[in-house]
Amino acid sequence: MTGLQKFWRKDENNHSSFSLNDVFVLQCDSCFFCFRGTFRPRHKHLQQRRAATYLLFLWSSARLLVPAEPRRYAAHLLGAGKSPQLSLAPLPQNYISCNVSIFWEELKLPYFIFLQLEEEEAKDSFDVDVAVTNPEKVGQFNYPTTSSLPLFKSKAFSVRRRFSDFLGLYEKLSAKQTLHGCIIPPPPEKSVVGMTKVKVGMDDPSSMEFVERRRAALERYLQRVVSHPSLLQDPDVREFLERDDLPRAVNTQTLSGAGFLKMINRASDAVNKMTIKMNESDTWFEDKLQEVEAEEQQLRKLHSVVDSLVNHRKELCGNTAIFAKSMAMLGNSEDNTALSRALSQLAEVEDKMEQLHQEQAASDFFILAELLADYIRLLGAVRGCLDQRMRAWQRWQEAQSTLQKKREAEAKLLWANKPDKLQQAKDEITEWETKVTQYERDFDRIGMTVRKEFLRFEKDKAKDFKIQIIKYLEAMMKSQQRFIKFWEAFLPEAKAIA
Amino acid sequence: DIPDALCERDKVKFTVHTKTTLSSFQKPDFSVPRQHEDFIWLHDTLVETEDYAGLIIPPAPPKPDFESPREKMHKLGEGEATMTKEEYTKMKQELEAEYLAVFKKTVQVHEVFLQRLSSHPVLSKDRNFQIFLEYDQDLSVRRKNAKEMFGGFFKNMVKSADEVLIAGVKEVDDFFEQEKTFLLDYFSKIKEATAKAEKMTRSHKNIADDYIRLSATLNSLSAEESTNYYFIKFCLKLFQNFLCVCLKKVEGRVASDEELKLTELLRYYMRDIQAAKDLLYRRARALADYENSNKALDKARLKGKDVSQAEEHQKRCLQKFDTLSESGKKELTNFKARRVVAFRKNLVEMAELEVKHAKNNMTLLQGCIELLSGN
Repeated sequence: MTGLQKFWRKDENNHSSFSLNDVFVLQCDSCFFCFRGTFRPRHKHLQQRRAATYLLFLWSSARLLVPAEPRRYAAHLLGAGKSPQLSLAPLPQNYISCNVSIFWEELKLPYFIFLQLEEEEAKDSFDVDVAVTNPEKVGQFNYPTTSSLPLFKSKAFSVRRRFSDFLGLYEKLSAKQTLHGCIIPPPPEKSVVGMTKVKVGMDDPSSMEFVERRRAALERYLQRVVSHPSLLQDPDVREFLERDDLPRAVNTQTLSGAGFLKMINRASDAVNKMTIKMNESDTWFEDKLQEVEAEEQQLRKLHSVVDSLVNHRKELCGNTAIFAKSMAMLGNSEDNTALSRALSQLAEVEDKMEQLHQEQAASDFFILAELLADYIRLLGAVRGCLDQRMRAWQRWQEAQSTLQKKREAEAKLLWANKPDKLQQAKDEITEWETKVTQYERDFDRIGMTVRKEFLRFEKDKAKDFKIQIIKYLEAMMKSQQRFIKFWEAFLPEAKAIA
Repeated sequence: DIPDALCERDKVKFTVHTKTTLSSFQKPDFSVPRQHEDFIWLHDTLVETEDYAGLIIPPAPPKPDFESPREKMHKLGEGEATMTKEEYTKMKQELEAEYLAVFKKTVQVHEVFLQRLSSHPVLSKDRNFQIFLEYDQDLSVRRKNAKEMFGGFFKNMVKSADEVLIAGVKEVDDFFEQEKTFLLDYFSKIKEATAKAEKMTRSHKNIADDYIRLSATLNSLSAEESTNYYFIKFCLKLFQNFLCVCLKKVEGRVASDEELKLTELLRYYMRDIQAAKDLLYRRARALADYENSNKALDKARLKGKDVSQAEEHQKRCLQKFDTLSESGKKELTNFKARRVVAFRKNLVEMAELEVKHAKNNMTLLQGCIELLSGN
């Protein structure tokens, strides 16, 4: 274990910063990383929080010393922000010291601290603010992604991305050999209707809602990508996060050549799946597949129920508003003054209830429904990675059968005694033998990756669900509290009716 | 009061129980079985009695409406094969609860009708009312046959046309003038408010239904999760328990309470105001008659014949008009006071119930959150 002492300089504004000159390279047990960059917290209270995240992984492409092959490493944060040394304000001296220890870690956690770190980064980094600029001639709008690692709007790391860029990232990641077997989170879907409404510039609430939905979905998508350790190391992801100008991802448009190609590929895959039955040696995979399918079905059902709940609540909103108005009119025409006042109070209470209901509907939707929809798509991705494994198996088997054929051909040639073709046949055989071994290794590797991925996925899923459900329940509780307040305020009015 | 009621197929049989100290009754304490049609008959006879033209007759209770639970029962029967056992029992429970709610409402409405009749100084002495309460055997009320129905319908149409005409008649008394405008205005507003309140409570019911379905689905989801992932199973079970126990019952209760207090109140008063309007109408009719008779008298005096007859007629009309006006005034002031009191009671109760339910909700939610985050 090697330690690293790092001193951060405080600049004139009393912000802790380390500038471009503070490049530190730490080498430890054949893993290393470097960090440099500026760190400028925006608000004082955040300073203290951010002081905890002093590991900055700044993937600056020009200056990064990337390990030769992807290794997993974890950083253990001392005290993760609770250490008293880290409170910036009362420190008299100019330097803040911190201890960072890094150690080599094979498989397990504090992998998750790493994860937590990444999450924190990701949380403030991907403040995906959607500024719907006026539709340009090309008819797209921009998504500025501020990936200012640990902070907000640090100029160096704020990039603008288009929706098609997000899709392009997904395409690139799914096509990669090295990532086969990993569960790659799928991006939110295209929606022609919503997009055209926004492009036309309509200002009604449903298009605002659509934009907000999309923004939240993209933010979650990026957070998932970043929280996956192997994806984070991928150069494409890094490029996405920091390059100012990505080449336009053309192959994400549905009506392009690439789009058609994709559709054809998908069709042929489906046919393949039906015809070739994999000889499964490991029952674990079979069980998992069944589980995943059952779960997906259940989630779909749940999603439809939550959807109808959202709709009904919206209906309730509308009805309550109308009712409040009619109550107000009734109160107006009532001649007994106390009763009239009470009735108009009732109208006001119902109005406030309408607002409450609306908020509740929004929370229903954004927390529950989107969570379920996300997981349905993720389960689709899980199935995809199982498919990849199957395809690897297929390739292996095909290679084996070709090898077999080549061997037979060689035997035939031997028998027919044609020495010139023999050499060629022998060469081919050796070539195919290497291929077979390679494919077999690939298959095994994918199998292992899939297993690990499953575990990680389940853990993440449990955590995610728990967090979201607690959030939902807390929101509900708050609204009930306000509910009580309103009705209790109405009670004396009602009692005062003479 | 009506302590008991049975539902048999299409009809509902009420048991009307009376305790009385009046000497006009044979026994101080007795019960008789009655059907809904009997109530309607009683109401109609009271309306048709000329003597009571100056009184506000309490509106008849509406026909017991078991349609929606019946529909659900039908659906339940159909879907029995497709649903799981748990879903089936849940739906059955919910169906029963709804049936019970409708039943309670019907009984209450009928009870209120009778109570108003008995508390009215004049109406309680009505012979028909006494028969209704006392007559041991089946009243075997002849239901209106088709002709009478048609006649009734025709009468209604004439009445509404008449109302329009009468609205133009100049009102002599200020009090009644005010009352008329007020009542007309109020009636339209309250009708609208009732409709909107109904829509609102229906939305609430929909949401309660949704919660039920949600809990059922969560149940099946948690049953399917493999045992490896204890955590998510626990989490889901908790969520589902919470939904099932708390929200379903509480929301359902909120919806039904809201309906009982608010919507029913509005509905009842809508009908009551209709009755008050009828009173006004009758009075206006009497006034018109009086004026007509005046004119007839003048004409007779001019022609010189049938003078005494016309005079008689005019005197009678005047008398009728005066009695109507007097009793009408009394009734209307009573009505106002009664309305204010009823509104107050119901609004206070509704507010208290809402607060109670919300507090329940909150404690349940808090418990849930603690359990979940503690794990």
